[in-house]
Amino acid sequence: MKFAKLLAGAAIALGLAAGGALAQDKTKVGFVYVGPVGDGGWTYEHNQGRLAVEKEFGDKVETVYVENVAEGPDAERVITQMALQGANLIFTTSFGYMDPTINVAAKFPDVKFEHATGYKRANNVSTYSARFYEGRAVQGTIAGRMTKSNVIGYIGSYPIPEVIRGINSAYIHAKKVNPDVQFKIVWAFTWFDPAKEADAAKVLIEQGADVILQHTDSTAPQAAAQAAGNVYTFGQASDMIEYAPAPRISSIIDNWAPYYIARTKAVMDGTWASVDTWDGIGAGMVGIGEITDAVPAEVKAEAEALMAKIASGEYHPFTGPLKKQDGSDFLGEGETADDGTLAGMNFYVEGIEGSIPE
Amino acid sequence: MDLSAINPVLLIASLMVAATPLLLAAIGELVVEKAGVLNLGVEGMMITGAIAGFAAAVESGSPLMGFVAAAGAGALLSLLFVVLSQIALANQVASGLALTLFGLGLSALMGQKYVGVKPPAMGRIDIPVLSDLPVLGRILFSHDIVLYFGIALTAVVWAVLKYSRIGLILRAVGENHEAAHALGYKVVKIRTLAILFGGACAGLGGAYISLIRVPQWTEGMTAGVGWIALALVVFASWKPWRALLGAYLFGGITVLQLNLQAAGVAIPVEYLAMSPYLITILVLVILSADKSNAPASLGRSFHASR
Repeated sequence: MKFAKLLAGAAIALGLAAGGALAQDKTKVGFVYVGPVGDGGWTYEHNQGRLAVEKEFGDKVETVYVENVAEGPDAERVITQMALQGANLIFTTSFGYMDPTINVAAKFPDVKFEHATGYKRANNVSTYSARFYEGRAVQGTIAGRMTKSNVIGYIGSYPIPEVIRGINSAYIHAKKVNPDVQFKIVWAFTWFDPAKEADAAKVLIEQGADVILQHTDSTAPQAAAQAAGNVYTFGQASDMIEYAPAPRISSIIDNWAPYYIARTKAVMDGTWASVDTWDGIGAGMVGIGEITDAVPAEVKAEAEALMAKIASGEYHPFTGPLKKQDGSDFLGEGETADDGTLAGMNFYVEGIEGSIPE
Repeated sequence: MDLSAINPVLLIASLMVAATPLLLAAIGELVVEKAGVLNLGVEGMMITGAIAGFAAAVESGSPLMGFVAAAGAGALLSLLFVVLSQIALANQVASGLALTLFGLGLSALMGQKYVGVKPPAMGRIDIPVLSDLPVLGRILFSHDIVLYFGIALTAVVWAVLKYSRIGLILRAVGENHEAAHALGYKVVKIRTLAILFGGACAGLGGAYISLIRVPQWTEGMTAGVGWIALALVVFASWKPWRALLGAYLFGGITVLQLNLQAAGVAIPVEYLAMSPYLITILVLVILSADKSNAPASLGRSFHASR
């Protein structure tokens, strides 16, 4: 009697297990975030991409995410855990997850990985990024026109090619419309620390900057600029529209949703392959947020014309003649930088003061 | 390099602002540890204070109400620590860590609808003649009221611990809780009050970040200040004035290094970035070369039956 019960129990358990296996038809997509989803910037936009995937595929997908994952060993643990929990596709959304992603991917050949802003790929690791420097060119143009003190402050996060490229692109285009412009660059050595970002913005303002560009993730510099008054800023990664029409006069918006949907679809269809995607304004991965009325109409028109030229591919933000900071040649007349050079950019262009931390 | 771009008056004024959250949290924790309790939940209480204060300030339109609510919220959260560590006698380290994790999650939840909202501004005090003094006026007499409160609190805590009977009892409980108990002092009650005080201070420190220093609400915005406050208490060898010195040093060098960077000083940025930690530790270690020790009962649970 007891034995029969036991057998019945075992059968039910087996049945459940089989049912569970059937439910596994869902594609599980994991996201690893460097900041909180409520940062109002970088991570917020990645999370919007995740929500778009859920909306697109409904019950056919299950998404999971972990926020505030430190870059380094802890990231490896988090990614491993996600892979062990049965994720089919994992997006790791910060530059510092590059090596952890590659390491974990080697252990899970059947799981697909997508690493944002990195350059290391494998059979099951793709990389993707957006050409933010195109947006920086537009910002630089507006900033060069808007500054009265001719000092533009720039809050950098880490000295990686991604950030340096943005500084160069903004500087080249600010200089083009305003030859007297000077950049003051502060490295915060963090992606997300509102208090520190606010301090950095305040310091730049105290030292004469009246336009602040940021490459950190929170809205704190916007708040600092607003408190100071007469200082302009740009939204970073997300629109940061709550600070419009001033200090925020425009923004770069990351739009990951189409890419995330396409890649999830590829995994479902079994057509996923390792690729390197780098899209810009033209493909819609980089959006330029509304240029507010604080900007004079002719400057707005100039910025929009530049945007259109970049989107159509007619103009490349890194077009020669350009020299490096040390005076050596970078690009000849009419020459444009190739993607390899851009991806590994580790020098300032001529005219920027200071050195890049190593 | 252009050092003339750095305005020393603004520098000192902004270092005081940068140091205040740290100071408030450290003074609170100092009292808690003097009573023999190690509460690692400072970060959690700070962030909870930051959102509670922010929400209250936005809803009521008064920053001062915000600070009151922040102190209340910090104390309320620390009550959880009281239940765990003083009544249930759970391990203090684990309970404190749990408090931090809980506070971070709770604040993210509470803050959902406050992302991107602007808080009412806290006015600077304006004393007719004094605030207009050159140099000194800007440095000493034109801050917000909470900054002065932080300094006053340091003085009061120092005086109470050193000269008053209450301070003596508090220290007795922290040094040897069995002896204090034998003398008839209510160890658990005294510790509870100290923990509540610490929670309120941490809450104030958090609200200072969300209402004055940044001012906005963002998830995780305290970004480790609570942990630095904890370390500061140890390095300051449990002395209030040293905690003040340490907080000002830390805040000062943080602001100074950003200033130096913006002025293009040719010191590698990595050294500048680590300098606040290094110099603060160095100075306080040298200062604490005398024989001041941690409260002897620090981190030990007390139950009258033992």
